[in-house]
Amino acid sequence: MGWLSEALGSSIGKKFVMAFTGIGLILFLIFHLVGNLTLYGGPEAFNGYVHTLDIVKPIIRVIEVGLGLVFIFHIYNGIKLWWENKKARPNDYKISGKSKNSTLFSRTMIQTGSIVFIFLVLHLATFWWLFNFSGEPHEKGDAYYAIVVEWFQIEWYAIFYVIAVILLGFHLNHGFQSAFQTFGWNHKKYFQFIQKFGTAFAVIMALGFASFPIYFLFFYGGN
Amino acid sequence: MSGKHLNLKLKIWRQSGPQTAGSFVDYQIEVSPDDSFLEMLDELNNKLESEGKEPIAFESDCREGICGTCGLVINGQPHGPIPKIATCQLHMRNFNNGDTIWIEPFRAKAFPVLKDLIVDRSGFDEIMNAGGFISVNTGGVPDANDILIPKEVASESMDAAACIGCGACVAACKNASAMLFVSAKVSQFALLPQGKPERFRRVEKMVKVMDDLGFGSCTNTYACEAECPKGISIRNIARMNREYFLAKVKSKELEV
Repeated sequence: MGWLSEALGSSIGKKFVMAFTGIGLILFLIFHLVGNLTLYGGPEAFNGYVHTLDIVKPIIRVIEVGLGLVFIFHIYNGIKLWWENKKARPNDYKISGKSKNSTLFSRTMIQTGSIVFIFLVLHLATFWWLFNFSGEPHEKGDAYYAIVVEWFQIEWYAIFYVIAVILLGFHLNHGFQSAFQTFGWNHKKYFQFIQKFGTAFAVIMALGFASFPIYFLFFYGGN
Repeated sequence: MSGKHLNLKLKIWRQSGPQTAGSFVDYQIEVSPDDSFLEMLDELNNKLESEGKEPIAFESDCREGICGTCGLVINGQPHGPIPKIATCQLHMRNFNNGDTIWIEPFRAKAFPVLKDLIVDRSGFDEIMNAGGFISVNTGGVPDANDILIPKEVASESMDAAACIGCGACVAACKNASAMLFVSAKVSQFALLPQGKPERFRRVEKMVKVMDDLGFGSCTNTYACEAECPKGISIRNIARMNREYFLAKVKSKELEV
């Protein structure tokens, strides 16, 4: 299988890995946002949703391992690309013309990705860890919802959450259409639509996820 | 001659050799707005020579935008601020009196500076040698229209073949990637029946050499397309990606 590792290790192969894992993460984001919308249904709806996932826990665990691998490949490959691409131009230009020929979103993937990664670690350490391993929720029926409310009412956490998901939107705005280009799906007839759809998707994801901390910080009257 | 002369301040990269460190040197020049950018540099060189100073080394040949020899980064943009022209087609009327113009060589690991504004672009030749050709069988002259090629396909191939290999795509890309150049060359052959028999070997070998030479990877910023003097489309990159995947899956050769 030397040909396969050589293919995936080539410049085009690395793009392919970025795009393929990126699409996987996009699918996860859609599932995650739709599931989280149950937060607006109140404690019963959200806790019910989490309990449903608990029933199929073994399957969820397998998916989580897969998802973890996808994240690791995406991040490892992204950092590798960034590092190698930096080395491809050892001496940079004195005057940068980048703003005239490319978008800010496309040039800042490593920065937006890095902040989203920091957010991801914090996010897993709070919600994912507490939901799975704190033990508490299983005793109290409404604890899942309560954990979310508690964290989102911490100001710095809510603000960081909002900033991170907006940057996630920046990341998606470039990443979505970029994946199609990488797969070779660029055609006069539909590529403009893909670009617009990608931007709309990025905005929906950013607004969708940002709405939760904003709701619990400013509009939720529970406490 | 028309218009008033322009007084310009030039900041030009000077570097005496590949191993030495370079720096920007300031020059003051008065030029006609009808001058081309390269004529301005010619005038400056005449002045420098008359003063007994070393003239600025830069490349040019046809000076009508078809050979791809000239290539300077002007105020951060390869071939300057006007889209779809080469440096030789840029005229001083596009600048204002009193402007400061920064002139730099193309910068990439795979394009080392030889002297001042001249870079070594022989990497492109190596890529072409790896697969940018068709192994033609000799024999009798084929009849006209023996091989039918739809007009749209021929046009698409010609659009890709319009690439003059100047290297502005590498210079513009934040990753110094040569994908637009290589994809144009892969596309011009892959689209036509004559190029089909060798399509897999071609793309595999050209990409391999491109990677080995130290060009960066494409991250789809599309800066190359924006700066290309011939308007080569990034759809060629998409096509090369498809060709590459197909080649990797279908070609019979295990090693490239």
